[in-house]
Amino acid sequence: MNTAIIVRQVRKTYLEGESVVPALHGVDLEVRSGEVVVLMGPSGSGKTTLLSIMGCILRTCAGSVEIEGQEVAHLGENDLPRVRREHIGFIFQSFNLFPTLTAAENVELVLDVKGIRGAQARKQARELLDSVGLAEKYDTVPANLSGGQKQRVAIARALAGDPGIILADEPTAALDSHTGRAIIQMLRDLAHQRNRAVVIVTHDPRVLEFADRTIYMEDGRIVNDAVEMPASAPGARNVSSSCGSVPARVPA
Amino acid sequence: MFTLAKRNLLQDKLRLAVTLTGVIFAVVLIIIELGLFVGFVRTTSALIDHSQVDLWVTSNHVPYLDLGVPLNERKLYQVEAVPGVARADKYIVRYTRWNRLDGGQNQIEVVGFNPDSTWGGPWNVVQGSIHDLKTPDGVMIDDVYKKKLGVTQIGQVFEINGHRARVVGFTHGIRSFTTSPWVFTSFRNALDYAPLNDNQTTYILVRVESGAHIEQVRQNILQRVDGVEVLTTREFSRMTQNYWTFTTGAGIAILLAAVLGVIVGFVVVAQTIYATTMDHIKEFGTLKAMGAPNWYVQKVILIQAGISAAMGYVVGMMLSGLIVRFGQPAGAPILLNWWMALATLALTLFMCAGAALISINKVTRLDPATVFKG
Repeated sequence: MNTAIIVRQVRKTYLEGESVVPALHGVDLEVRSGEVVVLMGPSGSGKTTLLSIMGCILRTCAGSVEIEGQEVAHLGENDLPRVRREHIGFIFQSFNLFPTLTAAENVELVLDVKGIRGAQARKQARELLDSVGLAEKYDTVPANLSGGQKQRVAIARALAGDPGIILADEPTAALDSHTGRAIIQMLRDLAHQRNRAVVIVTHDPRVLEFADRTIYMEDGRIVNDAVEMPASAPGARNVSSSCGSVPARVPA
Repeated sequence: MFTLAKRNLLQDKLRLAVTLTGVIFAVVLIIIELGLFVGFVRTTSALIDHSQVDLWVTSNHVPYLDLGVPLNERKLYQVEAVPGVARADKYIVRYTRWNRLDGGQNQIEVVGFNPDSTWGGPWNVVQGSIHDLKTPDGVMIDDVYKKKLGVTQIGQVFEINGHRARVVGFTHGIRSFTTSPWVFTSFRNALDYAPLNDNQTTYILVRVESGAHIEQVRQNILQRVDGVEVLTTREFSRMTQNYWTFTTGAGIAILLAAVLGVIVGFVVVAQTIYATTMDHIKEFGTLKAMGAPNWYVQKVILIQAGISAAMGYVVGMMLSGLIVRFGQPAGAPILLNWWMALATLALTLFMCAGAALISINKVTRLDPATVFKG
């Protein structure tokens, strides 16, 4: 497994009025291709900030960030979109689909951003929608899709252009448990079968079942980074945490 | 990109209607005011532009055509003797009064010319002939002024400055810029109508010999004839146009109305495109988060502006065409030609692109991290 994301001593602060609020305190993290990493923690723990930095949406105040072998922390503002285009796919809590476009057009738009147009874009969009089980929904607008279907379109869109990294922010928050499980399973398959690095930010403890690693954050720090054991493994037991009951863990 | 821009625009049809109304208003106002302005400018110098001569000899300091000062006719003979002059004619343009059959009066501008050379005479004669103006009291007016002057048919007799005037023909499309219609007649008749002394004229029209250099002939006349100014037809035409356009402020007023149309169109389009952008700001943030560079999202907005411009332009031009068509019989000199249509298209596109700048600035500054804020 290659290392897709390397974060070294990353610090991030925000200005709120006249106050300087630290969001991340010297965070170190590596995410490998083919693994599912879940970021958990209470609100304000820095999960989304860390995700945004890994996604080259936010810049660090200090430290380094490597995306598939490329150092990005010191890139100019005009270079970061290119890194996102070439390496990263995003999945959002509220899907963020374009309401005036059909499912296929939503995927084609991202392909268009990545320079793939016309018949080739249409073909790839349909293949991606097929791969997430939406073959019959090419021409359906988001308003006529269920929550699970919308998130599957979002997954297809995130895969457009074949990025090596998938970052998902609360992908099951707007879904019922059954649909949520199906979505997370899909993300897990992306990692294990298609060798993507998948990072999921979530409050949902049910996601942990699908994680290869779980990282707990509090107050801008990683307080625990553990490899998840399957529930059927010997010695596995539930352990309570501030995030609810979770399967047994071993330190990474 | 185009699909997204188009769908964003069409999603809110009421807002699209408002946007198009702004563009259509601007296009119609620009075309009509521009057409009025061009028509106005051309009308001020129409007599000069249709004169068929090379040079105009005038008294000193004549600011424009309608304010000619009488010259002694001896100047004509002096001009005719100048090397390079092929031929010269006397010409009168003077304000005077027309008495209608109902007892009313109208101010007119009598135009006295040589019916043999036809220099400075009427064009577009639709009834009668210029030859008929050789008769002792023959006059010709434009058909647009029939009602104003109380004329119904050829042969009717009126009075101009106490002298008999008989209508011998009509032209079509010859409108005077001022409220005083042009009344064409022979130079001899014009001396009575103006009135001027028999040895007077207001202008001398000159044609240079074939192959002669107009500027050289002009200098020759200035050297040999005292107390006159000599202008080429083009110079005199421009002078007259500039006077009416800028000195009186009439042209400026028309142009300002066109500018107003652009401003109104700009404000309306800017508002509606901005509102549409804000409605879709989350999508733009998502696009940027997914790696769309700034120019990509800017282009989406520009395409929206372009579609609005194109749709509004087409409808605006159709409406303008109708207004021009129905305005002609009413005497409004609105000109509409292909270069005006092209210029208006360019201006409309520029206006809409400019109006989109506020929205473009908004999405350029948009932080893609907003997509993670729910």
